[in-house]
Amino acid sequence: MSSKAAQKQAAPDSPQRVLTGRQFMLGDHACAEGALAAGLDFFAGYPITPSTEVAEHLASRLPAVGGRFVQMEDELGSIAAIIGASAAGARSFTATSGPGFSLMMENIGLAAMMELPCVIVNVQRASPSTGLPTMVGQSDILQARWGSHGDYGIVAYCPSSPQECFELTIDAFNTADRYRIPVFILMDEVVGHMAERVEIPEAKDIPHVPRKGPRTAPGTGQFLPYAADADLVPPIAHAGDGYKVHMTGLTHDERGYPSLTAETHDKLVHRLVDKVRLNAADIVDFEEQDVDDADCVIVAYGCTARSATAAVTQARAEGLRCGLLRPKTIWPFPEARVRRLLEIGKVKRFIVPEINLGQMRREIERLTQLPTLRLNHAGGAMPTPNAILEIIRS
Amino acid sequence: MSTPQPNDFSVVHPIDHLMRADRLPHILCAGCGIGTVIHAYVRAIDESGTDPDQHVCVSGIGCSGRAAGYVNVDSYHSTHGRALPFALGIAVHNPSLTVTVISGDGDLMAIGGNHFIHAARRNVNLNVICINNFNYGMTGGQVGPTTPIGAKGTTAPQGSIEHPFNLPYLAKACGASFVARWTILHVRQFTDAILRSMDKDGFCFTEVLSPCPTSFGRRNKLGEGLDEVEMYRERCHIENGAENLQDLDIDIVDHEQPITVGNFVDIERTAFHA
Repeated sequence: MSSKAAQKQAAPDSPQRVLTGRQFMLGDHACAEGALAAGLDFFAGYPITPSTEVAEHLASRLPAVGGRFVQMEDELGSIAAIIGASAAGARSFTATSGPGFSLMMENIGLAAMMELPCVIVNVQRASPSTGLPTMVGQSDILQARWGSHGDYGIVAYCPSSPQECFELTIDAFNTADRYRIPVFILMDEVVGHMAERVEIPEAKDIPHVPRKGPRTAPGTGQFLPYAADADLVPPIAHAGDGYKVHMTGLTHDERGYPSLTAETHDKLVHRLVDKVRLNAADIVDFEEQDVDDADCVIVAYGCTARSATAAVTQARAEGLRCGLLRPKTIWPFPEARVRRLLEIGKVKRFIVPEINLGQMRREIERLTQLPTLRLNHAGGAMPTPNAILEIIRS
Repeated sequence: MSTPQPNDFSVVHPIDHLMRADRLPHILCAGCGIGTVIHAYVRAIDESGTDPDQHVCVSGIGCSGRAAGYVNVDSYHSTHGRALPFALGIAVHNPSLTVTVISGDGDLMAIGGNHFIHAARRNVNLNVICINNFNYGMTGGQVGPTTPIGAKGTTAPQGSIEHPFNLPYLAKACGASFVARWTILHVRQFTDAILRSMDKDGFCFTEVLSPCPTSFGRRNKLGEGLDEVEMYRERCHIENGAENLQDLDIDIVDHEQPITVGNFVDIERTAFHA
């Protein structure tokens, strides 16, 4: 059944939140369906190529299943609106690309500081600036990690197929709520605009991780909105719940009140970073192909990993001991796995093909002294399997 | 009713439950009008008879942006200029909440100006109180989008040469359902305007003129806070339903010019419900 037919079936008289079954759909649409399956309540966005299909799809699908869709005046408004909706308890979401992502950076810091969960998909195009709006890029990897001013923790997923656009979007919502952080889905134009089979499970089989709520009744004055549990994540009370919370982007104490001291600041920022850093083992997700005996490991993500998969398959057929490490969470980076590979000692070199000038290669170089070969394109084209294969053979 | 004795602490102020007393003392300067605005807001919540748990206060950045931190309702101190879209997210996701935005002229009309015109155009169900003190007070008195021509600021030492926004005219043109202008002298009328906004569906906007003696008043020969309020008393004339909003510019230099205040717009227009 095509996604169009499925949509028709799901149209207003019989709204269906989870399109269970075998679908054939665009990566952008699969991402939108993942959000719906995850229980999306509120979307605010601004049109931008190549992410617009996410918004368009939700404009018809989301209101039909009881959610709210708002087209905002700009991306500054989009991100502020989804953070506000999150404060009122919504699972909230926006979709953008590089220029819009840049505009969202200040309030991504606000979401991190207020600890209001939200999900942002960036369907990457060739950048900087307006760049190549309709053509592929992967050059927002470091911006996703460090783009807003200051230190804070985030998680970023990197799907390589429409199926993963669906699945990792669900993971993104659960991770955002679990750790009270902004979570990114770093798609790219190729994956976003590619149509493939997407298997959607039954609604009861969609994983759902709820936010931790207060453990004291409202009105008792006992609830401290920023008193964290052992996992460094504080329970959350929403607007209208009766807890009379105060949230601010200023440095704040456990009551949520501004506390403009170096001591409070140091403690707060360490916690914001540590709740991702110290929980990384639970968050990190990756897949491997033929890594166990490999002396050459390719590290690739997004559409680039598809070429890398083909290259590794061909290399193996030629008897070359080559493997692929594919981070599905690019942040936190699968650092422990790379360190383990180094300890095992079979790997002699890494190859990092990317559609940027070496943003993830920097991570590999940081972790290892081994030769790290590059294959970079600034954007508009993706590395072919043959180009990767040539480096493997070299 | 007996007069409370000075040492009788069993008598609490009628709005105590709506203030975060544990946040006192506040950061505001002597003579600042923001405290009066906060008082009017919580007084309106109280007089409305509605459940305070169903009220939400959102602000942006600046002295006025600190208002959200003192009121004992769910309150959010967002980023500079983004109070309106933040509030939109709350109000659209949970339409049963009464969401009020309290912020300053620089926050709402300069850096947040785009959100203002679009929130009014959509007629989002928000109550917006813009505390207009004609300058950026927190950063020390720079001119802004409401600084009257000729008024001085640290970034216009010879006096502002830019035309300011006339906020009621702007709000009406953008489609607001309710538009008012009062000053902190007019506490009764101002509180009533907030009450009307809480009751009314759609985008409701009240500009409230407020002294900033520290950063604006002393540079512009307006004296202390009380002197500026006295100026309001002398110069304001009330014209509810005024039609000529385009003529409502505020002249801060020529004290002979009247300042028109009142409830100007109260229309029925379909509110935004996504």
